[in-house]
Amino acid sequence: MQGFGKFLETFFNAEVAARYLPDILSGMAVTIGVGLAVTVTGLAAGLALAILRAMGRGWMRLPIVAFVDILRALPPLVLIIIFFFAFPMIGVEMSAFTATWLALSLVLAAYAEESVWGGILSLPRGQTEAARSTGLTWWQTMHAVILPQAIRIAIPPLTNRVIAVAKNVALGSVVALSEVLNLAQSATSAAGNPTPLTMAAAAYLVIFIPAMLGARRLESRFQWRT
Amino acid sequence: MTPLLELAGLRKSYGALEVLRGVDLRVFPGELVCIVGPSGSGKSSLLRCCNRLEESTGGHIIVDGEDITRAGVNINQVRTRIGMVFQQFNLYPHLTALDNVTLALRKVQGKSPAEADALGLAALERVGLADKANNHPAQLSGGQQQRVAIARAIVLQPKLMLFDEPTSALDPETVGEVLKVMRELREAGMTMLVVTHEMGFARAAADRVIFMDAGAIVEQGPPAEVFGAPKHDRTRAFLARYTAGH
Amino acid sequence: MDALLTNFFNVGVFKQVLPFLLEGLLTTLGLSVLVIPLGLAGGLAVALLATQGNRLARILVAVYVDLFRALPPLVLLIFIYFGFPFLGIDLPKLLAVALGFLLNNAAYYGEIFRAGLASVPAGQMEAARSTGLTRGQALIHVVIPQAVRNVLPDLLGNSIEVIKLTTIASVVALPELLRIARDAQSLVYNPSPVVLAALIYLALLWPLVRWLSRLEHKNLVAE
Ligand SMILES: Nc1ncnc2c1ncn2[C@@H]1O[C@H](COP(=O)(O)OP(=O)(O)O)[C@@H](O)[C@H]1O
Ligand SMILES: [Mg+2]
Repeated sequence: MQGFGKFLETFFNAEVAARYLPDILSGMAVTIGVGLAVTVTGLAAGLALAILRAMGRGWMRLPIVAFVDILRALPPLVLIIIFFFAFPMIGVEMSAFTATWLALSLVLAAYAEESVWGGILSLPRGQTEAARSTGLTWWQTMHAVILPQAIRIAIPPLTNRVIAVAKNVALGSVVALSEVLNLAQSATSAAGNPTPLTMAAAAYLVIFIPAMLGARRLESRFQWRT
Repeated sequence: MTPLLELAGLRKSYGALEVLRGVDLRVFPGELVCIVGPSGSGKSSLLRCCNRLEESTGGHIIVDGEDITRAGVNINQVRTRIGMVFQQFNLYPHLTALDNVTLALRKVQGKSPAEADALGLAALERVGLADKANNHPAQLSGGQQQRVAIARAIVLQPKLMLFDEPTSALDPETVGEVLKVMRELREAGMTMLVVTHEMGFARAAADRVIFMDAGAIVEQGPPAEVFGAPKHDRTRAFLARYTAGH
Repeated sequence: MDALLTNFFNVGVFKQVLPFLLEGLLTTLGLSVLVIPLGLAGGLAVALLATQGNRLARILVAVYVDLFRALPPLVLLIFIYFGFPFLGIDLPKLLAVALGFLLNNAAYYGEIFRAGLASVPAGQMEAARSTGLTRGQALIHVVIPQAVRNVLPDLLGNSIEVIKLTTIASVVALPELLRIARDAQSLVYNPSPVVLAALIYLALLWPLVRWLSRLEHKNLVAE
């Protein structure tokens, strides 16, 4: 019983929690902001890359495939560290926010391109042919016939990926991005008590469990295919 | 009378493989022409060159007086004047039957949604499916899907309709409903070029039957002649195999 | 251009630090070889509980999976490594990392195995039971092999993610590839070691990513 009391006092210390709650909340705002920014730019860039690849200009394909492969192979933490610590050496200064946002956007773009491209590939050729036979242009066909179907196919793999990449905002703590984990670590050393770390974990759960439930609803909404 | 469709020395190759070896063909307004022939003889390629889903590699394609192989031709406008129906229907699964039919009206012809819907419903009515306007393709039988596909083509009021084996992917019991719609189209004066293995339909409905083999027209004439007294051995062999097989 | 060469691709620095980085690579590989099988075993257990267990077990497993899929692994690792000592429990680095990875990976691999088990028709279990196999035998010899085969691309994909994830061990100063590279960077005051580490990760993982991409597209065509 005494052990349990010590456990509570260590990890769930109300006094420490109250003191650092504002820090944690401001960290949450940063985490959510960066996560949303990454989601928007990453998905948009991935979609654009998939469309470019579908346009099928020979010289476009190779760089896109190489980009996707490289960003799927590189650990995101390595990217963030290179952007933040190495790029200033060649005159490109990046804030912790820029480095984290850019690295994770590129990573998400690669996965999104792959998912949307997979969706496009899985459609029968007849879809394009039918649309073109009624006079639709290439772009109209892409926009009204191909992408709506490809994106629906891409949604289940993509929702999970978006969440996995957005969770990596926590990696920004390594370059002192003032998201939840970073602030919690400073608070823990200042307070000499790990309750802020508990709060950081709780904060991430508060952000990402609703995100996961939302993703699940989105997936079932789009399961119209038989 | 000037032909609505004229192919002059039409050639098509896929790499080294020549699948159309100089085809000459004229289709006149109001005519229903059936193309029969063994698989791989180039029937689909011929049809798909007519609206440039495939680019021909030689010869000319003249539609309604306009050479559509010329550079600078607006192929998308030409395509609204040539309807096409595919073996696999190729309906858009994410759109309702009505939206399938109205997409090109809205996008290519720039019609307002209300106007497009009215025209689309009328087209669905013609194929007997106005009551399925709000169904998605997955909720329709094969025969119904193919009728929606026909509506999608005729709603643009094409002058010429191309059919590539429109009943080959259907269950036997739904073949009849599609052929019936095609016969009604013909009676309404539509010009039609139909690739088919339905010899009964070709015999009863066609004005002219064309037998193709190895990328060339081997013989053509009224159905009674081609089916009743084929001139060529290859035609005879094909018909014998076909009637025996069915 | 010159700045790029001296700072990012400094051959002199490359030569100087390569032996250390290769040692770091060995640690990364060793860590992967430790945590991937652990995660696979944990994941299989999670999936079996989720599909074969009683109602309570299923609910607990579902909660576990959702919690640990929502929690960033770095948060988990920091919590374990920096939090536990406050209780007087000093976990060695490797143990802290292994524990964090196990908790995280079991949830991810568990979801994959669960989907795999769900993809095997119920008739397979029934057929096996009808020939006298026990439930366990039927699972081991009939159901699980098919389940695994059906989700092989996902298992490979997740394993690639796990290898990439080993970089977070650098945050608790476990001397894997990224940590060594960062230490070397501050010693030579030049970022080339980190760039070299990135190149090593690429050389290690690009073939796996290509392989995965081919598996995924093969599945697409087969559908
Ligand atoms: N896209 C293509 N690429 C290469 N060869 C093709 C292609 N489409 C058709 N072919 C070949 O062209 C020939 C004629 O095909 P097709 O016009 O489809 O004949 P049919 O419709 O009479 O069966 C066949 O040998 C076929 O294999
Ligand atoms: Mg054909």
